[in-house]
Amino acid sequence: MTSEEVKPPAEPAILLTDVKKTFDGKEFVVNGMNLSIPKGSLTAIIGFSGTGKSVMLKHILGLYRPTSGKIEVLGQDITELSDDELTIFRQKFGVLFQGAALFDDMTVLENVCFPLFEHRREMPEEKVIQIATTKLKQVGLDEKHFNKLPSQISGGMQKRTGLARALALDPEIIFYDEPTTGLDPILTEMVDNLILETHKLREGMTSIMVSHDLDAAFRIADYVAMLNAGQVLLFGTPEDFFNTEIELVKKFVAKGMKRR
Amino acid sequence: MIEKTSRRMDELWESIAVPATAFVRELGDIVLFGITSIRLSFTKPYRYTEIIKHMEFVGNQSVFIVALTALFTGLALSFQLYLGFKLFNAVNMVGPTVALGITRELGPVLTGLIVAARAGGAMAARLGTMRVNEQIDALDVMGVNTKQYLIAPRIYAAVICMPLLTAIFDFVAMLGAYILCVKLVDLDEAVFWDRVNQMIAIRHINEGLFKSAIFGGFFALICTYRGFNTTGGAKGVGDATNKGVVASMVMIIILDYFLTNVFIRSFYSLTGIPQ
Repeated sequence: MTSEEVKPPAEPAILLTDVKKTFDGKEFVVNGMNLSIPKGSLTAIIGFSGTGKSVMLKHILGLYRPTSGKIEVLGQDITELSDDELTIFRQKFGVLFQGAALFDDMTVLENVCFPLFEHRREMPEEKVIQIATTKLKQVGLDEKHFNKLPSQISGGMQKRTGLARALALDPEIIFYDEPTTGLDPILTEMVDNLILETHKLREGMTSIMVSHDLDAAFRIADYVAMLNAGQVLLFGTPEDFFNTEIELVKKFVAKGMKRR
Repeated sequence: MIEKTSRRMDELWESIAVPATAFVRELGDIVLFGITSIRLSFTKPYRYTEIIKHMEFVGNQSVFIVALTALFTGLALSFQLYLGFKLFNAVNMVGPTVALGITRELGPVLTGLIVAARAGGAMAARLGTMRVNEQIDALDVMGVNTKQYLIAPRIYAAVICMPLLTAIFDFVAMLGAYILCVKLVDLDEAVFWDRVNQMIAIRHINEGLFKSAIFGGFFALICTYRGFNTTGGAKGVGDATNKGVVASMVMIIILDYFLTNVFIRSFYSLTGIPQ
């Protein structure tokens, strides 16, 4: 399915319609992007470096506003929301950043408690700690690390903490921004499995993973979208990617899989 | 020939207009940034604990360095004035002259410069690091209003702490002046304090404290703006810190002149209070 003929296979969690973005008024980083991500799916976004993956993700998160086009998230056109409305809307999201983006002056437990203290103000402190503890255990983090600062734990543990924090508010959509970049193969597999387990954990939760890791994308994702030059070159199941006739996709998949 | 001249004129115009436009745009951005942050601080959730946390950093942790600077400023200034006034037998005026200079000018300005360098630099560096490590993006996508959570409390903390630190500066600097005049060069203690009492009024101290609150607001605004809008990794953090601190310091010196003028020309002349 190319960008010109997007047919949503199910109710979309995210729907991008002819989204364009330019920062300097000349070059379009996102150039007429059309994409429909089904609700409840685990979708991987792949593509060469500089094809607009991270920019697209930031548009969906409302961190960037498109120059033109429409971005619907859970049925809401987020391009029409004010900054304050967007802030409230984003409570439906959970994001695991590339470097986990943990607050370095807070302990592991405090990091996970933070979104709960912010948005569940009526909740007693004991309950917040109990939820945070559950989330941390869910992602496989041992209790002995709870009171450590992010700088005192390994990269893998930081990812787990970041994921627990992203899950703290039970989000409807969870985003993974290049979650395995810079990790060794064992940690990469661990994080991939964690993403899959987390996705299965909550029915109806939509997971979107921006990744360079084709092996993981084809192994764990329900759908894959490949971007090129600010557009969706191909969107489909992993099988669609292996059977495609689009030369660039074939080349990218062949090289990406070979590297593994 | 005409074409060449026209091209040169275009180049000259561009070399003036482009940076000027960028400067005005940035100034507008900073003002909007400050207004938005302060406006958001009046919406729930109120960030009292954040303000107190930053007050501890801006205020409490600056006390020692402010006091140390103040002590030696008082000592050096009174020594220089003593040497000058001695030439025409007016050493009794050293105390009040130091007091006026410290409370109205040196107190707020030096405190502003010290705290801008220490706390303002730290604000820019901290926010810059949070930006490049995606911690600010993480707050954004968590539905936390970053300007309300990160910026407004820092501005309030600086505005509240600066007058308190300036008061400490004034007190310690006067202590320095007292040590030099009374203990080191044997001026009469009673005369020293009597002259200070005669010449110094509460309004002089208030003028300095008011100025320092404004300096606090400005350096916090500039440094947080720089840090918040950092781009480009570690180098970006360094640049943001450097630009934030330098701009704050220059702004304090420039503002001081205008505020002094405002006080002298408007307030005192309108109210009829002697300067």
